[in-house]
Amino acid sequence: MSELLIDIFGKPHGIIIFQLVAATRFTIYLSLVAFGGGGVVAAMITFLTISPQPGLGKIAQTYIWFFQSIPLLMLLFLTGLGVPRLIGVDVNPWTAATISLVLFTSAYLAEVWRGAIAAVLPGQWEAGFALNISFVSTLKKVILPQAIRYGLAPTVGFMVQIIKGTSLAYIIGFSDLMLTGKRWANAPVSGSEPFIIFPIMAVIYFCICYPLAVVARKLEAEDLAKS
Amino acid sequence: MHKTDENLVVNMQNVNKWFGEFHALKDIDLSIYEGERIVVCGPSGSGKSTLIRCLNGLEKHQDGTIKVHGTVLNDNTESVKKIRKNVGMVFQQFNLFPHLTVMENCILAPMENLHLSEVEASKLAMSFLERVQIPDQANKLPGQLSGGQQQRVAIARALCMQPRLMLFDEPTSSLDPEMIKEVLDTMVALANDGMSMICVTHELNFARRVAHRVIFMDEGKIVEDQSPKDFFENPQTDRARLFLSQILDH
Ligand SMILES: Nc1ncnc2c1ncn2[C@@H]1O[C@H](COP(=O)(O)OP(=O)(O)OP(=O)(O)O)[C@@H](O)[C@H]1O
Ligand SMILES: [Mg+2]
Repeated sequence: MSELLIDIFGKPHGIIIFQLVAATRFTIYLSLVAFGGGGVVAAMITFLTISPQPGLGKIAQTYIWFFQSIPLLMLLFLTGLGVPRLIGVDVNPWTAATISLVLFTSAYLAEVWRGAIAAVLPGQWEAGFALNISFVSTLKKVILPQAIRYGLAPTVGFMVQIIKGTSLAYIIGFSDLMLTGKRWANAPVSGSEPFIIFPIMAVIYFCICYPLAVVARKLEAEDLAKS
Repeated sequence: MHKTDENLVVNMQNVNKWFGEFHALKDIDLSIYEGERIVVCGPSGSGKSTLIRCLNGLEKHQDGTIKVHGTVLNDNTESVKKIRKNVGMVFQQFNLFPHLTVMENCILAPMENLHLSEVEASKLAMSFLERVQIPDQANKLPGQLSGGQQQRVAIARALCMQPRLMLFDEPTSSLDPEMIKEVLDTMVALANDGMSMICVTHELNFARRVAHRVIFMDEGKIVEDQSPKDFFENPQTDRARLFLSQILDH
């Protein structure tokens, strides 16, 4: 692969592109972990927001509100640099980036999903209860299938934000597309000037994000057509 | 009809309900016996919906006792479930599940509550769909049906739980005039089978035909509780007279 790229683009561009693409792997891994982990946490938080126990709902709302109000960059600093310094242990950038992105993602997705569930008419819950169907079954069989309609497009759209968000993790030394690119841009190698490197990186981000954006827009359009 | 404690379907004693500061039900005393058909009417905001929604725990009352089929309704999930098992409800907006077919709408509750297999539940559902005269629509989605058909599905869906009491909250109010009759006919047929019913409606002809008692509410209180004949011909209160004159003008 590396040789092939060098054949096509020559040196140093073949090597640069190879390294950037290889580093993109970590951008994708981190995005997937953030989305998976964030999704699981978001599902739990969402469940708390709609639970009939009002106290739990308050806690969940506070969680959403709190982590939505903190910039992702701040979360990265805190988990990657702040807390490790405070408790005197080294936290590896993977761990710190994962925690930050999961917190960030879960708060956002929980808010989206809570909204999607709230958008289902209250009469649907009432019909379920009046038929003596339990809270959990009503949620599963009646409410969620309808809520997915409202929540799917913004969820897919938010994946784009996560992918772009992972680029901030370079700041705590997470070695992804961003960090690799920045290193090259700073390197005293002719042909690796910032005005060459950064557009290449932009193209790579674009190639990952654009298809998702298209899917999100398509889902949205379908929703509009249905309602 | 014997009015004994054993066949009390609904027994409300001194029931009060507030929405925040707003006093929605005031000192409600009401007894309804097996086989009785009650029509509830009154001006908008008088508490009719709230009254029947308290009976199956969709709204919580704060004060007084409600007994349905002898079970005291309280915060205990068991008591609420026990009551709901025997009480069906039909809503003004139908509240069918739009993502499920007519058949799926009908079998959800019996499968969960009566522990029937899908085949058994479908058979049961089909018998009720036949009873409301739309067995041929079983595999359609609610959105593909007319309003009148949807409301009849909603009635069949409630009947699938084989309830001993049916609550109707203005079942014909959001229907076009030409569809009102088919729903009312379904309800009359149900009445003729001896089902206990509480029906919030302004369909006075229906009240005359099937109701044993008409309950008139105003500002959260039961103001009159009479036979339809007495209520329509000889209302006791000015409010009821005013209400009737307004309705009959239409
Ligand atoms: N969830 C609620 N929160 C606050 N107030 C409510 C709520 N539900 C009903 N109310 C109020 O309680 C009063 C009685 O409402 P209810 O729906 O029982 O009236 P109704 O007699 O059924 O009227 P309508 O004929 O318009 O259906 C109204 O003033 C209404 O605004
Ligand atoms: Mg009402």
